Amino acid sequence: MHDEQNQGYSRDVSVELRHYMEMGRMDEMGRMDSPVHRLDARAQIVTTFGFILMVMSFSRFEVAALMPMFLYPAILMVMGGISAGYLFRKIAIAAPFALLVGAFNPWLDRHVEGMVGAYPLTGGWLSFISIMLRFFLTVSAAIILVTCTGIHRLCAGGARLGMPRVFVVQLMFLYRYFFVIGDEGVRMMRGVEMRSAGLRAPGFGTYGMLVGQLLLRAMERAQRIYRAMVARGFEGEIHVLRQARWGWRETCFVMGWLTFFLGARYWNVPVLLGNWFAGGAG
Amino acid sequence: MSHHRVEIKDLVFTYPDGTQALKGVSLSVAHGECVAIIGGNGAGKSTLLQHLNGYLMPTSGEVRVGDFALTRETAKAIRRSVGMVFQDPDDQLFMPTVFEDVVFGPLNLGLSPQESEKRAAEALERVGMSHLRERPPYKLSAGEKRAVAIATALAGLPDVLVMDEPSSNLDPRGRRRLIELLKSFEHTRMIATHDLEMVVEICPRVIVLDHGKVVLEGATHEILGDEALMLSHGLEKPHSLKHHHPH
Repeated sequence: MHDEQNQGYSRDVSVELRHYMEMGRMDEMGRMDSPVHRLDARAQIVTTFGFILMVMSFSRFEVAALMPMFLYPAILMVMGGISAGYLFRKIAIAAPFALLVGAFNPWLDRHVEGMVGAYPLTGGWLSFISIMLRFFLTVSAAIILVTCTGIHRLCAGGARLGMPRVFVVQLMFLYRYFFVIGDEGVRMMRGVEMRSAGLRAPGFGTYGMLVGQLLLRAMERAQRIYRAMVARGFEGEIHVLRQARWGWRETCFVMGWLTFFLGARYWNVPVLLGNWFAGGAG
Repeated sequence: MSHHRVEIKDLVFTYPDGTQALKGVSLSVAHGECVAIIGGNGAGKSTLLQHLNGYLMPTSGEVRVGDFALTRETAKAIRRSVGMVFQDPDDQLFMPTVFEDVVFGPLNLGLSPQESEKRAAEALERVGMSHLRERPPYKLSAGEKRAVAIATALAGLPDVLVMDEPSSNLDPRGRRRLIELLKSFEHTRMIATHDLEMVVEICPRVIVLDHGKVVLEGATHEILGDEALMLSHGLEKPHSLKHHHPH
């Protein structure tokens, strides 16, 4: 019994460890080599933003017209060597937020827009589905962007696109300190686990103190890292060794996709295809 | 040559919370010299080292590195000539790969990418870690991390190397390699450490800090060999200097 409880607790810690390692994996995947990874980060940033803007600009009841947009994440996922499981796990983390945003629509808007078989489809359900689809599309595009560039190339690309230096450095530190806090957190949990004598979980009071401690420790550590950076001449600018070059591949990538997005935005491709097939059949 | 000297006069440093960590420290380190700074926990070693690249500014007194007296204006120039190796290599290594970490310093100094790469490659070669250049630093062993951290300092071609506990957390083989590496350097070196056996091997001179003051200074064998003196400052006579019975 005692052992079992202990194991229960160890599992919590190892889950945290796994999340933590997963972030490291994201970093590693950013260094992989694939046709997508070889692109200048700027090309990917521009295309991703174009994609997100287009997806967001669809009307709120749009479902069918969104379908062609799935081509973009699907093709990049395959070309970039990202596994579907990895992508879905990452999306699942953010899913509750989107669910929360869309969850009330089916109750608020009961106006019937159409029929699916014998069931009436209300505007609320339609917009709920649309929100979820759009959430899935935009988040997967963003995850693919980060996974295929890695945070450093992404930041360097952002800086060259004119993103303010303050933001670039902030983003890099945010990322770097995430690991720092993760590290401190894992260590503290280990300490708690070792001294909690088989109790399943510490009380709220203990947790409160732990969080405070974690903040203080992480701040101290962040300061030491900053000190080390300053010692090596850091003055707020991140220099990158190999500046990626913009070539015809980047131009083709950006222009090709943006054209596709615009096309998919202004013509309802599934309807056109349907008509075409229907016409062909007739 | 005067420009690789370190000169500290009546250095006082008080932390914002009122703790006086240094109470008038004076010392000087000559060009090419290897000096150990020893003392118990809280003696002021780390605080002292943090003045050597201008991270902390003296509350009063003077710190001179090479031709510059430390002020906010000269801190940048001083950082160029001082290579710092921190106590925890995890604080020092923050880039995604070993090579990018080592090249970080030279790029910040404004060197061209080619020149920076060359320096980084040389620094890694110097510490025998060239084979790890594409690895992420957080996956290295403690010994490898330490060596890479030293390479990051070397890549800036410093005149003075300042190290805080370089042998901590190393296994015996890693420690041995570190000692051989430190012996081979020609930089002016200041090493804060509790590893007194290492001090005996690489530093001819020691400076003993206690309660924020320099209490002893002189030849390593004389000072570390004096058991009563060592004990009175919370230290211990290294085993290698104990009297050996002839067999």
